[in-house]
Amino acid sequence: MAHDTTHAKHAGAKKRIWQVFIILSILTIVEVVLGILKPDFLVHNDLVSLSLLNWIFIVLTIVKAYYIVWAFMHMEHEAASLRRVVVWTGVFLISYLIAILLIEGTYVQEIYTEGYITWDF
Amino acid sequence: MEATTVAKTGTEGQAWGGGEEKPLKASYGKLMMWFFITSDALTFSGFLAAYGFSRFKFIEEWPIADEVFNHFPFLHGVDAPMYYVALMTFILIFSSVTMVLAVDAGHEMKKDKVVTYMALTILGGVIFLGSQAWEWKNFIQGEYGAVETRSGKIIQFVDADGDRIALGEFSTASPKDRTQHLEKNGIWYKAEDSFNPLALEDVKRGFEANETLRVRTMQITDEGEKEILTREESLLKLNTTGVGVIEGANLSQNEYGAPLFGGFFFFITGFHGFHVLSGVLILIIVFFNVLVGTYEKRGSYEMVEKVGLYWHFVDLVWVFVFTFFYLV
Repeated sequence: MAHDTTHAKHAGAKKRIWQVFIILSILTIVEVVLGILKPDFLVHNDLVSLSLLNWIFIVLTIVKAYYIVWAFMHMEHEAASLRRVVVWTGVFLISYLIAILLIEGTYVQEIYTEGYITWDF
Repeated sequence: MEATTVAKTGTEGQAWGGGEEKPLKASYGKLMMWFFITSDALTFSGFLAAYGFSRFKFIEEWPIADEVFNHFPFLHGVDAPMYYVALMTFILIFSSVTMVLAVDAGHEMKKDKVVTYMALTILGGVIFLGSQAWEWKNFIQGEYGAVETRSGKIIQFVDADGDRIALGEFSTASPKDRTQHLEKNGIWYKAEDSFNPLALEDVKRGFEANETLRVRTMQITDEGEKEILTREESLLKLNTTGVGVIEGANLSQNEYGAPLFGGFFFFITGFHGFHVLSGVLILIIVFFNVLVGTYEKRGSYEMVEKVGLYWHFVDLVWVFVFTFFYLV
């Protein structure tokens, strides 16, 4: 085994780990700061019936998930076939769950608030 | 007679024909860990989807997370929304970093470094579990208390400035003649549940005596805050609909709002905490294997890599729980 090349590779791997740690920390700090401040224009402006603030939270979470899976779980070094087996299974089934929760949740809420005179008696 | 009994399938030499070729180019152990993680991810997605569904149903009266999770160690009575959970998130992310460093050291076959980093990871996991226990303690104990109404809703109390006020601050328990049933006195004995000395009548009396107090309902206004009733409405609400006092949280009711909120809190963070606990236990087993040199002899630290995958997954789940339970 060529010792020099593996050594260089490991130095790169370590650098990547700390880089990802910094990225994850910054994203978390941004989330927490936004969660505490709750800027008005982000709370009161909606995009596709979800406030901008919640969009930011969800997108940042997915970015964090990407870094954890790709860098920490070494997904970036796995074969493309393994990546697809894991990622697409999740993506398809979770989208299905989200679709159900949005459709049925909205429906149930509508029945709950409009189908009866009051629940608070 | 033909020596072989294996039928030829015409797939010899192809990737899907078996044999030496590994189509996913991963070892059996890692592959199985990935399959487990995928299915476990779907389990957690199911829970979070159920949480989202229930929250949508009660979208106008769901508790506001900032107000529920606002404690920080050694800061009593200070409103510290989110800081504590953020700290927990950092602890878990950092233990993920030490874990991946241990895996990296394993690739280089440096036993001492693997030992150090794994010890740090276990420490991080234990601190996280302790933090979660503290979070549960606060949640179960509650801070302000509330009154349950006959329709199963919650009403809370605020002072003149609209700040929350604890039941104990404006009402005192009236003396009662009460004999406790002891085990030695009964053939059939069941220990009593926690006894709340503060009765509804005490709260009503205290509320009437303090002219500035008002009732806060579960309803969320357009400003994203809980609705506060006028003094007259408050009195009417408390006197006609109040049925009992709630302090803290349990599996059937809580002082924060919809009973489902407490149920999901216990279930989702509890199930995640259980994952962390089993992660810590597996880490400890692998840690001792590293110490006695099992993987050194085997010539590969792949076991550290596999437990690492699980550990990162636990971190990954927390990232989502953090967003959907505490932020959104």
